[in-house]
Amino acid sequence: MNPILNVRQLTMDFGGIRALARLDLTVNHGEIAALIGPNGAGKTTFFNCVTGLYVPTSGDVFIHATPEKSVRINGMKPHRVTRAGLSRTFQNIRLFKEMTALENVMIGRHCRTHAGIFGAFFRNRATRDEEQRIIHDSYRLLEIVGLEDQVNFRALNLPYGDQRKLEIARALAAEPRLLLLDEPAAGMNSQETRDLTSLILKIRDEFNIAILLIEHDMKLVMTLSERIFVMDYGRKIAEGTPEDIRTNPDVIRAYLGEDSHA
Amino acid sequence: MIDTLLKSLRTALWFMFLTFPILAVRIDSLKNAVTVRWPAVIILGAVIFLISVLWHTAGLVKRSWFFRFDGFKQFIQRLPDQDALSPFMIRTTLGAAAVFMISLPFFASSYQTNVMINALLYVMLGLGLNIVVGLAGLLDLGYVAFYAVGAYLYALLNLHLGIGFWIALPMGAALAAFFGILLGIPVLRLKGDYLAIVTLGFGEIIRLILENWDRVFKGPSGISHISRPSLFGIGIMESSVHHAIIYMYYIVVVLVLSTFFFVSRLKHSRIGRALLALKEDEIACQAMGIDKMKTKLTAFALGATWAGMAGVIFAAKTTFINPASFTFMESAIILSIVVIGGMGSIPGVVLGAFFLVLLPEYFRELGDYRMLVFGGAMILVMVFKPRGLLENTKPTVTYVSQQTGPDTP
Ligand SMILES: Nc1ncnc2c1ncn2[C@@H]1O[C@H](COP(=O)(O)OP(=O)(O)OP(=O)(O)O)[C@@H](O)[C@H]1O
Ligand SMILES: [Mg+2]
Repeated sequence: MNPILNVRQLTMDFGGIRALARLDLTVNHGEIAALIGPNGAGKTTFFNCVTGLYVPTSGDVFIHATPEKSVRINGMKPHRVTRAGLSRTFQNIRLFKEMTALENVMIGRHCRTHAGIFGAFFRNRATRDEEQRIIHDSYRLLEIVGLEDQVNFRALNLPYGDQRKLEIARALAAEPRLLLLDEPAAGMNSQETRDLTSLILKIRDEFNIAILLIEHDMKLVMTLSERIFVMDYGRKIAEGTPEDIRTNPDVIRAYLGEDSHA
Repeated sequence: MIDTLLKSLRTALWFMFLTFPILAVRIDSLKNAVTVRWPAVIILGAVIFLISVLWHTAGLVKRSWFFRFDGFKQFIQRLPDQDALSPFMIRTTLGAAAVFMISLPFFASSYQTNVMINALLYVMLGLGLNIVVGLAGLLDLGYVAFYAVGAYLYALLNLHLGIGFWIALPMGAALAAFFGILLGIPVLRLKGDYLAIVTLGFGEIIRLILENWDRVFKGPSGISHISRPSLFGIGIMESSVHHAIIYMYYIVVVLVLSTFFFVSRLKHSRIGRALLALKEDEIACQAMGIDKMKTKLTAFALGATWAGMAGVIFAAKTTFINPASFTFMESAIILSIVVIGGMGSIPGVVLGAFFLVLLPEYFRELGDYRMLVFGGAMILVMVFKPRGLLENTKPTVTYVSQQTGPDTP
């Protein structure tokens, strides 16, 4: 097993609230893992700490770009974390609403391309070629998530489900080794959720990357995940295969104790 | 309706009351007497009353029979959208504009040419500020500071070292860009209102330094006898002021065209997209691998560059500068150009500059009322086209299948 993300004793305090308490978590190369837990368990906070939006109070986060090389990324600026190989989607969709689907994905290519001010002003050969490649690659990604017909639509005009897919395409444009999805199925109907399930599998196979997803839809989680982490009150209360989790008494208690829909 | 009128009357009375001490009471220290300027108070009250009525009835007016009339609606709302203009219309308009601009000095008086130089200078300033406000979404109220940096750089270099316009022009651009970064660093974390206030302060600080550091900047009396631009090293300007103005005019036309060219290229580039993304969502932007700090500094530096150049031109054009030319009012006008023209829309900014500079100029006949007409026109634009005269609707890239080249206008 080659770990790609390695989190050790991660703790995050907001004033008096401990949103994350000594969390250990490892995601392996090429695997699909899920992070679940009741509302307010600290799942999104975990993503924010790992991607550099929050600076964790203590603990370590490592990315293993290659088995030999690892980078400690806690406290790093978000854009450098993305460059190091992590990219994400947001629970409350954060697309560039006024921009088209294509432009949104093109922004995702930013950290893998180079043209600067000089290139912008003088449009030399290298810049023109790069711009062509950005457009081409971005269109490819839109095809993969099935949005090629909406390529020139503005993000705000897309239906909700498509917006979620567009966010995934944009995140993929940054060439992550690990893709973090925060509730990708939220607000989708059951048909859309099924499509999403196969899309996530397709992405994993086509790009050969690891995926860590936060999700409340248990069917999706149980179908997709090879491993599941369960959080409650900022702590990890269980970890294992879908079968382990389904029967784990702590997990059942956490869910039934909090809200009874699970 | 009665309700609205009463409400507006109350607002106006409050305004008159609150501004009474500053506006109306004048202390004549020579005669040791206090005079009250009643006309000023009444005019203010009337203006506030009008604005208030307009404000409250804007929705009603918009829905009234007059504005529902189709022709008018099309004129005001449809036509000015960039999408609605056919390529033929655009080409014809551009052609006519080009012919007009090139031939202007041959049929217009020196005064008219000068007015046009002024308008073009504001086009340049507007396009520069558009990078900061329109593209990157950073509200900068101290933009005039960079304009002053360029102007004073040329004035001082010319005064002490006899350095000419053409050498000072790139230096002004570079120094202003440097100041742009200087302002950028402390405000990197600020957004919206806070950013606006700090940049406003920055603009005022620069102006106060110019005003009070007499030994270097000559204080309120300013610097005069600044050289006009030379042509191939020959000072043709001494021969005739009229020729000097014509020469200046063409210099400004060329510089504005190049500004237009570079700024549109910037908008349709990787960097330009990063600026636009920054305006929309800072967090998503960073999560997509864009360096927020670097991108913001780029925006400030680029925006300042054109203000610096415009400053050098301004100094060379007027041959005399003092701090009074660089007050907050200037920043406000330049910002209005960007907002009225249409944030982020490059043709919009050009139109906005002409609208804001030429309109008050040609309304001079109306005397004191011209500012009132002008203010009314601005309010009308904002009521009917809240996103500016030429709204920025075109995406930077449009995908066409079997594409061979990016379809960037
Ligand atoms: N920026 C913040 N400042 C203060 N408290 C915060 C902040 N972000 C999160 N919290 C707190 O941390 C806790 C965990 O929140 P988080 O958003 O991570 O939960 P979650 O597991 O993602 O829940 P959900 O399933 O509802 O999305 C909550 O109690 C929340 O109020
Ligand atoms: Mg959450």
